Amino acid sequence: MKFNLNVNDAKHAVDVDPDTPLLWVIRDVIGMTGTKFGCGMALCGACTVHLDGQPIRSCVTPIEAVKEGKLTTIEAMAATPIGARVQRAWTLLEVPQCGYCQSGQIMSATALLRDTPKPTDADIDAAMAGNVCRCGTYVRIRAAIQHAARDTA
Amino acid sequence: MPLRHLRSHPRCHPARGARHGMRGSTMMFDESDSPDAASTAIPLSRRQLLGAASALVIGFQLPGGPRAAQAAGPARGFAPNAYVRIGADGVVTIVVALVEMGQGTYTSIPMLIAEELEVDVQRVRIEHAPPDEKRYGHPLYGLQVTGGSASIPAGWKGLRQAGATAKVMLVTAAAHSWRVPESECRAERGSVTHVPSGRALGYGALATRAAALPVPKDVPLKDPATFRLVGTPAHRLDTPSKVNGTATFGIDVKRPGMKIASIAVCPFIGGKVGKVDSSKAKAVAGVREVLVADNAVAVVADHYGAAKKGLAALEITWDQGPNTSFSSKVWGEQLTEALKGKGLRGFDEGNVETAFASPQRRVDAVYEAPPLAHATMEPLNCTFHVRKDGCDVWLGTQAPARAQGLVAKVLGIAPEKVLVHNHLLGGGFGRKLDADYVETAAKLAKQVTYPLKVVFSREEDMQHDAYRPYFRDELSAALDAQGRLVGFRHRIAGSAVIARYSPAWTKDGLDTDAVHAAELPYDVPNRQVEFVRHEPPAGLMTGNWRGVGPTHNAFVNECFIDELAVLARADPVAYRAQMLGKTPRLLAVLKLAAEKAGWGATPAPGKGRGIALVDSWGCHGALVTDLTVAKDGSVKVDRMVCALDCGLAINPDGVEAQIQGGLVFGLTAALYGTLTIEGGRIVQSNFHDYAPLRINETPQIQLHRIPSTEAPGGVGEIGTALVVPSFLNAIFAATGKRFRTYPVAAEQLKSA
Repeated sequence: MKFNLNVNDAKHAVDVDPDTPLLWVIRDVIGMTGTKFGCGMALCGACTVHLDGQPIRSCVTPIEAVKEGKLTTIEAMAATPIGARVQRAWTLLEVPQCGYCQSGQIMSATALLRDTPKPTDADIDAAMAGNVCRCGTYVRIRAAIQHAARDTA
Repeated sequence: MPLRHLRSHPRCHPARGARHGMRGSTMMFDESDSPDAASTAIPLSRRQLLGAASALVIGFQLPGGPRAAQAAGPARGFAPNAYVRIGADGVVTIVVALVEMGQGTYTSIPMLIAEELEVDVQRVRIEHAPPDEKRYGHPLYGLQVTGGSASIPAGWKGLRQAGATAKVMLVTAAAHSWRVPESECRAERGSVTHVPSGRALGYGALATRAAALPVPKDVPLKDPATFRLVGTPAHRLDTPSKVNGTATFGIDVKRPGMKIASIAVCPFIGGKVGKVDSSKAKAVAGVREVLVADNAVAVVADHYGAAKKGLAALEITWDQGPNTSFSSKVWGEQLTEALKGKGLRGFDEGNVETAFASPQRRVDAVYEAPPLAHATMEPLNCTFHVRKDGCDVWLGTQAPARAQGLVAKVLGIAPEKVLVHNHLLGGGFGRKLDADYVETAAKLAKQVTYPLKVVFSREEDMQHDAYRPYFRDELSAALDAQGRLVGFRHRIAGSAVIARYSPAWTKDGLDTDAVHAAELPYDVPNRQVEFVRHEPPAGLMTGNWRGVGPTHNAFVNECFIDELAVLARADPVAYRAQMLGKTPRLLAVLKLAAEKAGWGATPAPGKGRGIALVDSWGCHGALVTDLTVAKDGSVKVDRMVCALDCGLAINPDGVEAQIQGGLVFGLTAALYGTLTIEGGRIVQSNFHDYAPLRINETPQIQLHRIPSTEAPGGVGEIGTALVVPSFLNAIFAATGKRFRTYPVAAEQLKSA
């Protein structure tokens, strides 16, 4: 079945079954691999993208649910003010180790800071607990979110 | 605020934000379309994209195997050894034979070379070494592997030598060209200057002349006190690509005409494929074909979504094999039985028989370490293109030559015909030292002629792991009248991972990893270690899990020592301290951790504090864990205070990151490490039943590093090895309950 997607303000026409998880349309059909596969069950957050600005787990979102929604992926984060601040903080504080989970972490963190510009530790816990990091970069993720919150550049 | 305490180094950049040349840096990954693309200088247009000369100019070229290794880059370039290449255009390439799985080798290893070579590490080009065990075999291991906390310790002298040798030859080349003494020339930041006259030549201009010189041996290395780069918290070269989505992991590889397969390996240990009915699978839109090998099947499709849907529609009857009555319980019973027999003697010092003949007091305890999964964030995957004349493989592996050899075996071709393109790894932790899954996938990929990416789901990854083995330990202590340890015996039953992985590393049949750190790091006059090998059924693979031998042995030893301290009515820190007279570095971290943690204060009700020590991998570490046990038995770890002496820290920021990460990895196992077997198959399958630690459960972590000029140790694993004993000792302090295995269920800790 044919679908038209808006990803990072670009249109993509795809032909897949309606129940195809959005993650695989993004990665395999469109070919954007910044969004990652970790579990397929919305347990790890590696697949996080924004749908109309809200973070969703693309591994359990069927493409038919996207409809006219605007999708944003990690590849477009640098172009947004908050995304750029988050990436700057992530780089300055050397957050990533293997880096595989970090696209999802950054997508969740960016959405958090947009909704809650000065998050508390509890806000960070709630927004970020769905993003797993097996390398254990959580201490620096927390510090980087706080840094980005203070970064008014 | 960032929790770290970096001691300023005389040459260290004083503030994190003030790093030279770091603004606007990006990492470019140069995916070549043809497998034999030799490394080339980065085109000018890309340099312009990257900005001014101070920007980072890095290219990751994925060499295509022997042909690329032989190419010395642009014509008339300079390549005095396997690690350094300088083009006539001035591009400096450093070949890194260790893989990058988050532990920072792609930065720390080039730092070692760049320091001696006198180039700015932010301006070099990094290339991953092709599989070539002769050329790039690990100095300690022989095999071309990354693991064992060994990259830095093994490369400390040799890699610096590689950089220093190249530098000396460039200086000689300059001196010859100016007809001046070498002593009047100085190498700095990629060029050689004749000090008296001020003349200078860049390394590029000197490359051709240097290439004609004989390669000197035993070139002197810098005095570490003069280091300008090593010892500084240099920014990692791979970070920018990991925050903007451009970093390419094995699972991200794209090849023209590629199809994607979802694989299912027989879930029964030692089982095989029985019958396959593919009619429903083939009816799924996007599915191309179904492949079958002896113990695995795969559905090939245009995209993974279709492949996964097709796999779910595939009707498979598994031949359940001979092990359906095997279970965790049976495994434990087998280990108990095995320990009744005699094993191989490991450590044996003093006279343990005499010490135990008539001790004042004898204490015996049995401990068990559970099997554990790796659960790297990036599930297992590999991409193949099998052709008549050879094969290309794209993946992220800790052992490229092993992957190459196994694919060659499956295809029945010479290893040189298998070109391995290594990538960043989305986590390794020892799983990707093995290439069993590459072999399994190759048996399917060889049936097609197009590029095929084989992806393991999280379930397949978790159920076909190379597990940290199940161990059972019998510990015995002979104590004197004051309760001090005068005799120690440690008998271990378990799988011999290294005996399988690399028999050459065993010593007289003894698996050296199984007994690594089993003997205690304390000054105890009579100590003996014995290892009884017992393997689970064939088809259940055991493997290297972060911290390997010490993660298991330090757990049982440090908990047992704590038991003895309690019996002696001694403080656990003091009890250990009086046995550390011969190991001042270990005593120092013990004292520092205790001091920084405020050891000695009486904890509030429900709260406990525990300590553990590890002395391995050239590192000396102590960890104090503070936790709270609620009335319902739930545990919250509040704070972890780690003291570390790792010798000279190549990159102090990387050291801190590895400790933070290693502690979290260990804590996951302590709290949630339940990996069980029932009916001959692994029970757990995803993060709902094999839970990872999450950010809201992460304690405050402090690292206090003792600066040292001793030879650098490897810090990738010590954090993990410290956690379980420190944690269980804290549980005891909080509850008075001693646990000799883990995880501990809330049921067992309930007090309400």
